[in-house]
Amino acid sequence: MSTQNTSIIKNNNGAVLPIGVIVILGFLWALFAAARGDDPTIMPHAYMFMFAFALASFALVYGIMENKFVYDPYEYDDSVIRAGVIATVFWGIAGMLVGVIIASQLAFPNFMYFENMPWTNFGRLRPLHTSGVIFGFGGNALIATSFYIVQRTCRTRLAGGLWPWFVFWGYNLFLVIAGTGYLMGITESKEYAEPEWYADIWLTIVWIAYLMVFMLTLVKRKEKHIYVANWFFLSFIVTIALLHVVNNLSLPVSFLGAKSYSAFSGVQDAMTQWWYGHNAVGFFLTTGFLGMMYYFIPKRADRPIWSYKLSIVHFWTVIFIYIWAGPHHLHFTALPQWTQTMGMVFSIMLWMPSWGGMINGLMTLSGAWDKFRVDPVLRLLVISVAFYGMATFEGPLMAIRYVNALSHYTDWTIGHVHAGALGWNGMITFGALYCMVPWLWKKQEMYSLRMVEWHFWLALIGIVFYVSAMWVSGITQGLMWRAYNDLGFLEYSFIETVKAMKPYYIIRAVGGALYLSGMFVLTFNIWMTIKGKGGAKALDGVQPVARKPDPTAIPELALGE
Amino acid sequence: MSTDKKIDEYSGTETTGHEWDGIEELNTPMPRWWLGIMFVSIIWSIGYVILMPAFPLLHGYSKGILGFSDRVRVSEAVSKMHADRSVQSQQLVGADFETIRADPNLMRFAMAQGKSLFGDNCETCHGARGRGFTGYPNLNDDIWLWGGSYEDIRQTITYGIRADHDETRLSSMVAYGRDEFLSSGEIDDLVQFVLSLSDPTTQNTRGAALFTQNCVSCHGAEGRGTRENGAPDLTDADWLYGGDPASVRTTLFNGREGVMPNWNERLGADQIAALSIYVHSLGGGE
Repeated sequence: MSTQNTSIIKNNNGAVLPIGVIVILGFLWALFAAARGDDPTIMPHAYMFMFAFALASFALVYGIMENKFVYDPYEYDDSVIRAGVIATVFWGIAGMLVGVIIASQLAFPNFMYFENMPWTNFGRLRPLHTSGVIFGFGGNALIATSFYIVQRTCRTRLAGGLWPWFVFWGYNLFLVIAGTGYLMGITESKEYAEPEWYADIWLTIVWIAYLMVFMLTLVKRKEKHIYVANWFFLSFIVTIALLHVVNNLSLPVSFLGAKSYSAFSGVQDAMTQWWYGHNAVGFFLTTGFLGMMYYFIPKRADRPIWSYKLSIVHFWTVIFIYIWAGPHHLHFTALPQWTQTMGMVFSIMLWMPSWGGMINGLMTLSGAWDKFRVDPVLRLLVISVAFYGMATFEGPLMAIRYVNALSHYTDWTIGHVHAGALGWNGMITFGALYCMVPWLWKKQEMYSLRMVEWHFWLALIGIVFYVSAMWVSGITQGLMWRAYNDLGFLEYSFIETVKAMKPYYIIRAVGGALYLSGMFVLTFNIWMTIKGKGGAKALDGVQPVARKPDPTAIPELALGE
Repeated sequence: MSTDKKIDEYSGTETTGHEWDGIEELNTPMPRWWLGIMFVSIIWSIGYVILMPAFPLLHGYSKGILGFSDRVRVSEAVSKMHADRSVQSQQLVGADFETIRADPNLMRFAMAQGKSLFGDNCETCHGARGRGFTGYPNLNDDIWLWGGSYEDIRQTITYGIRADHDETRLSSMVAYGRDEFLSSGEIDDLVQFVLSLSDPTTQNTRGAALFTQNCVSCHGAEGRGTRENGAPDLTDADWLYGGDPASVRTTLFNGREGVMPNWNERLGADQIAALSIYVHSLGGGE
């Protein structure tokens, strides 16, 4: 709280009108879809949209009438980030829990499956898992950390007043619509882009708002240069907007119904889908999370970024090369071979640019490796970078056509993805949360660093179980599929290869359960920190530890203007 | 904002002089090995692009110096496979069962091909090694609805049962209840009678007349079934759709019309011959 400048109070009422217009238009569409819709599957979504938009309208009117939208321009806008942290934890638990359930279903097909409840089927739960962890857990973490970092490194308050809140609630509304849609069987059948056209349009509106908030915050920065983390965040937001819009181009059967048909067909559809799918990994799960890495590692280690030149060169090479590598998802398909060649060579050229981020992250630790031993939060951050390095080496390797001939369609791919998702995205997010939660709630430290230590080991052992089981099972599968007997006939039938996977599927489910249990430890720890228990003493009156920013410090200049 | 460059104490490297929220940057040069591998991977990629099909042109695409094409390679491999197998395949199509059985090499070839084909085409319904499921006959026993000789099996696989082919094996169990040929009470009587056929301890006379009127034309006077109609023997303990009263009642009420596809459009005559040898060998071939 600023004491010397309390007289300067501003309000955000200007954003109420445009947000109100969006909310009212959305409400009217939902009302029409509910009343006149010719498709019963859209009904629950129409009611959910109506409920959400009605709630938003009341909040806007209440906020104006009670003068709630005031703020102190000398303070960072942290309330929306605190909400983002809670949403990250919520979606993390939901997404990972569904992951453990479907992993168990692969080992024991009738686990948690009920004939009268089609939504308990693997096919419906699987996108709930992938979207829950990537877009729910990862997406909320990206929004929260990008808002946190852009303010600190630009020394300015978030632009847009109420718009960051619109981004947060709008994005989470999208997640609820998408997730419930999967359970009801509403899908475009595009991997990681399953939601139907109306959810896609809603996400587009939200994402443009996110881009505007982020860009306008950069524009009004108080620093001369833009910090490297923000380059990565900006490339993530811009590229995801492009990918999302193009891949989801489709024609609805009815503007009051759920079903739509893609603008693309055949191999063009496949190519567009994997241009999207690959770059969702590249720009959502790689550059976005590198933005986190470039802030939290130097901050927690209290060391300068190792090489400015490396950060520039690896940034531009990553974003230039990544975008061309999508065809490696379609090796040995109807995709022309020349396109496969392009996907493969760009994947190989991508190896070192990706590693640039790992080198810069790890070398930033030079001079602070002693902290790696004593600080479990820093260890989470650093090990995540090690997993990033492993996954970005494995990726180009698997993109080589001759390796892919063995690995394609096998569990090796699943193992690769989870080395990246659990090791890199998960652990860097945990590290970022453990850094940010005390800073956001103005505490000295987390409730318990011992619990962070526990979480670290649960997650690490879980990943080792998961990934090694999938390596073995994937390579076994690949070898069994291509095994011929001495007369040149296939040695194994498909069902025999499925049977051979069972032990690995059980190990994988156990690994996932360990990882999930770490997530529960994190939740409890964050909960107790927010309540101010244990080591999470209030910061007021205590000299903060040197490596952390002083959240009570007010920059000399007003942040807002 | 600090713009003063300074020397980092630990590494002795100069900083860039920028600082954001306490984070500074060192001016460390890029690692030589990193740049080196990046350049090598770029040069390697250029070489690969020159050698292999790689980029679109106005008409078609660049073929690459090696002129390598996966499509050509696959079709060559398939042709070679057909050529390698042609002699034995032709023998299989023409030969009768005794001739095949007398030739150990041909038999080994047929069994290997049959096993492989069975795994990828038949196990989905008939189960691993043809052990069967409800509605899908067990192929290991000696009970054959349409005949268990090599020729019978080959006929069934080729044209299917109740499949979409003129030569397919046809017949169907009438839906006596659904189509209102019999009343509910009559069906109950018939269920009891049918069950009594395989259970000598029970006697049921009320259904006997109904059985004679409706069932004997296909299942025979004693209910032992007839192969020309694909009608199962009702006196044994083997039930394709279940032998409990409820299942038998469902069969009588709704009829049964299970379909075996005709495979002549998906498999070659030589493959079907090999598959027939394999199925015949599973346990119950006649």
